[in-house]
Amino acid sequence: MRPAFPVGPATWPKGVERKPKPPTTGVHYDTAWSRRYPARLARALIVDDVLRPVIHLLGSPDVTGLDRVADLEAPAIFVCNHHSHMDTGLLLTSLPERFRHRAVVAAAADYFFTSKTRGAISALTIGAIPIERHRVNRRSSDLAADLLGQGWSLVVFPEGGRSPDGWAQEFRGGAAYLAVRTGRPVVPVYVEGTRRVLKKGDRFPTPVGRPFARGSGVQVTFGRPLWPDPGEDSRRFAVRLEAAVAEVGDERRTDWWAARRRAAASTTPSLAGPGTAPWRRSWALEEGSRNDRAPTWP
Amino acid sequence: MTGTRPGFVLEVDRSTPPVLFHAGEGFHLERLPAGSRVIYPPEPLAPLDDPDSAIRHALLNPVGDSEPLSALLRPGMRLTIAFDNQAVPLPPMRRPDNRQRVIEAVLDLAAEVGVDDVVLIAAHGLHRRMTENELRHVVGDRVYDAFAPQGLLTQHDAEDHDNLVLVGTTAEGEEVEVNTRAATSDLLVYVNVNLVAMDGGHKSTMTGITSYRSLRSHHNVHTLQHSRSLMDPGRSALHHSCWRMGRLFAAEGPRVFQIETTVNTDTFPKPFNLLQKREWEWTPRDRVSFMAASKSLERAPFSVAHKIFHGIKSPQKMTSVQAGEVEAVHALTTEHVHRQHLVAVSGQTDIVTMGLPFVGPYNVNSVMNPLLVMCLGLGYFFNLYRGKPLVRPGGVLILSHPTPWKFHPVHHPSYIDFFEQVLPETTDPVEIEKKFEEDFATDPWYIHLYRTSYAYHGVHAFYMWYWGAHALQYLNGNVIIVGGDARAVRRMGFKPASTLRDALEMAEDVVGRDPSITHFHCPPIMLADVT
Repeated sequence: MRPAFPVGPATWPKGVERKPKPPTTGVHYDTAWSRRYPARLARALIVDDVLRPVIHLLGSPDVTGLDRVADLEAPAIFVCNHHSHMDTGLLLTSLPERFRHRAVVAAAADYFFTSKTRGAISALTIGAIPIERHRVNRRSSDLAADLLGQGWSLVVFPEGGRSPDGWAQEFRGGAAYLAVRTGRPVVPVYVEGTRRVLKKGDRFPTPVGRPFARGSGVQVTFGRPLWPDPGEDSRRFAVRLEAAVAEVGDERRTDWWAARRRAAASTTPSLAGPGTAPWRRSWALEEGSRNDRAPTWP
Repeated sequence: MTGTRPGFVLEVDRSTPPVLFHAGEGFHLERLPAGSRVIYPPEPLAPLDDPDSAIRHALLNPVGDSEPLSALLRPGMRLTIAFDNQAVPLPPMRRPDNRQRVIEAVLDLAAEVGVDDVVLIAAHGLHRRMTENELRHVVGDRVYDAFAPQGLLTQHDAEDHDNLVLVGTTAEGEEVEVNTRAATSDLLVYVNVNLVAMDGGHKSTMTGITSYRSLRSHHNVHTLQHSRSLMDPGRSALHHSCWRMGRLFAAEGPRVFQIETTVNTDTFPKPFNLLQKREWEWTPRDRVSFMAASKSLERAPFSVAHKIFHGIKSPQKMTSVQAGEVEAVHALTTEHVHRQHLVAVSGQTDIVTMGLPFVGPYNVNSVMNPLLVMCLGLGYFFNLYRGKPLVRPGGVLILSHPTPWKFHPVHHPSYIDFFEQVLPETTDPVEIEKKFEEDFATDPWYIHLYRTSYAYHGVHAFYMWYWGAHALQYLNGNVIIVGGDARAVRRMGFKPASTLRDALEMAEDVVGRDPSITHFHCPPIMLADVT
């Protein structure tokens, strides 16, 4: 039984309209607290001491191309293809330290911030910020741009969600828009193999590779940073970004020289895969996977 | 790094702190007598802000009589890219190495044009073959994975006579015998890292992709005794010979597009960076680090200290890149090297002291054996001058190095025999050359090891001795090694001393009482401009 007023709240009089509460979920979730020092310290511990071992246990990642960002000054925008929830943790734990501990992840407001609890967990563990993915939202873009201006690097999955079939979806223009707006570089990143660990729809992960044996599981490849050309609009830059991720992926599947020659001849295989029947798309996906050669754990 | 301070000469007085001496896999402080001089190197120059853009700019805007690289490339051509081996820079630089950046940029252009026939050659001359890890470090994983599995990343083999071609002979009788792939290419791109003024120019190709038949034209005692110094190409007989041969190669061989890069002298990463600071600028943390490190290293087994030091990857950064015609490129490169290395020094001294570090060009990932100590001290450090040597004629050179009687049996097999069989008989380079060189150079076992294992060529041990020939002649053999293995030091004809104080007293027997003393505070590398 509810305690009587004034110990408990007063009964709302009938006929009096209730004042609407400001929304606190979705894009309106305020993540500022997660960028203060106590939360950052907690996140650093989570990422370095929990997430990293888990990722290495599940995927034994092989990270290449870090030399391409060796001289890059933070902040930067990292754009990556997206197969799995594992991608975020994998990418965060693969980032060089100067980026890793001052990075936020653009996360779907309608998935990660549907409740305050879910939002708090996302913001604390991976530094998620809510992004409206189905339409342009000034609040989301202003927040991301402000954070870049304050020195925070940004991890973006421009497909807007995980791949349903292993091939990439069309890149959206948010990352390119932010790069044009802030002048910060964009690093294309290609992730492969995470779908085998935890694909869309899976409830539990399946480890691949030999635990902690580098190179036997999932792969992360960093590409060369890109800047918008003078006068280049975000739409064109987004196309270039998608091509850059595709080139890094081609490099991963074949070798750097073959990928460079294909890129020069504009014959880099598309991330989106062949526009044919679903079974043929699936067939083509398996054909190009280097992971098939890696033994499965245990 | 703005406001880089130049090198300078410090006059030691009673308030001067003890001075750092390198000594192999260790270091120590020594108090020098008042009135001595210490030569400090310039601070590291600011690196290029965007080396990748600078490289592309250099490729598209070459110097000298050369078209841009993009205009020299065409579909269907044979393109060969030769590059310096692991001997430079020292210690090996952090990834990405300059060569990786340059090779990737060259290949990017080649891909844009549609060049298919591309081969890379590690231009190591008579040096040992590079291991996979070393190749990966130099060219990067991307290039390695793309070319090595197809057999398109090769290592020069100076004993593969089926793949060597005689391009011609100079008026002085120097034979130019070169790697066939390089000689028969439409374009040879040479990618170098110019650590010191000795490197680069025609010397790159004329040592890196030639054979013993060519190398003996300039790697001989007469030439090296007339190279004064090796680091001053204008006064180096070795370079004159390389230039004659290189010009012949340019005229008779393929088109050569030279790409040279320079690095700054940011030599040691933390916590070893105190080794490149001036002693009075050591912070409390530096002093604690020094005490802890020097005492630990004294007590640590050799293998532990060796592993620690040879794990160092230097934070050196690119300071310039230039591309185009060999001589025009090298003239610019030399300017950049001098800008980093030159220190003006007035007058010679009776005694010069030098602390030799743990690594030289020939013991990367290996052991610095006594011959390499000699080569580093008398061949390289002594020659780090322009004008005239730091030490006066008939003066004494004091080196600090443990000089262990240790050899790497895989890398330096002929060195062992040279040390055991040749030096007990004579230390005179002229006699050694006349009596022993041919046998070692043509020994089938050494050739087999050079070609199939990771061994330096049989004749390479001789070149180490010849490298010090000018210093041996100039100093009349007055060399003292402090802290070295006495047997090994005596075997080379030098005098061992337990301490610097002992060495200075021994030197007084040669140069007289109250000698003038100069300490060469190197590394970081510098070049004394002695007037």
